[in-house]
Amino acid sequence: MSIGLGHYLTVAACLFTLGMFGIFLNRKNVIVILMSVELMLLAVNINFVAFSKFNGDLVGQVFALFILTVAAAEAAIGLAIIVVYFRNRGSIAVEDVNMMRG
Amino acid sequence: MATAAFFYLFAVLAVASAAMVILAKNPVHAVLFLILTFFNAAGLFILLGAEFLAMLLIVVYVGAVAVLFLFVVMMLDVDFAELKAGFIKNAKVGALVGGVVLAELVALFAFQGLQIAPAKVLAAATPSDISNTEALGRLIYTKYVYFFQGSGMILLVAMIGAIVLTLRHREGVKRQSIAAQVARGPATAMSIVKVPSGSSVIPAAKSKEAAE
Repeated sequence: MSIGLGHYLTVAACLFTLGMFGIFLNRKNVIVILMSVELMLLAVNINFVAFSKFNGDLVGQVFALFILTVAAAEAAIGLAIIVVYFRNRGSIAVEDVNMMRG
Repeated sequence: MATAAFFYLFAVLAVASAAMVILAKNPVHAVLFLILTFFNAAGLFILLGAEFLAMLLIVVYVGAVAVLFLFVVMMLDVDFAELKAGFIKNAKVGALVGGVVLAELVALFAFQGLQIAPAKVLAAATPSDISNTEALGRLIYTKYVYFFQGSGMILLVAMIGAIVLTLRHREGVKRQSIAAQVARGPATAMSIVKVPSGSSVIPAAKSKEAAE
């Protein structure tokens, strides 16, 4: 049985769903939420590379490269915000984030 | 045959460790499972013939992003047991939404039968005579060079943003000021004091802060 596009898409769908599930599951722990977002972006990258391979078009991999860049920048900024938030509040419970609301 | 075996190995390990990322009680374990997920995804990329992206995933994600996560998790003294409250209650809603999305995604290409129309015109066909890394380099540095520069700008902005966010100016810390020391001249360093004859009391010198 040869491995086709559908196999890769199934793996990516599982990873994406797990990432989404993780956001619901750890609603208070913003670090795990960030990791779940990374999982979802990884699933998207797998989709891009799989389509690139099975379509014979290299641009999918170029786009995956740019997604990787943005994901790295997002992780850095997100973690910096978490550090500042923890310094101010002594906790990273995201349920208190709306303290500045009007 | 070997390809199929490796695909199932990488796929099962990637999905299992991704599940452990969101279920692990200890966030340090969650980060380590995230690293395992990235390694297996890199294996999948190699099976797909995208060696450059696979190595990039290991270098950038395992080497930088995951270690950054590990660093922050260990640096912050967070009570993670408290954050686990409401885990079960959220799990029901999450399982519902996640199950629906997974069912839709799988049904899309499992039952319907996935048929992609082959693209009529490829943006850049994969060359067969050069390696993946060389082909990607030729594409990125020629056709997509502006996007490449743009992604560099994104990283620069992210770097500056992270530094600006976490930079803290502490009050009340005494620091050496070389410029002030060098600029010190007779006018600020010396003062002529008239001591009345017969007196041993020396008036207090002007304080340094006042002199500066």
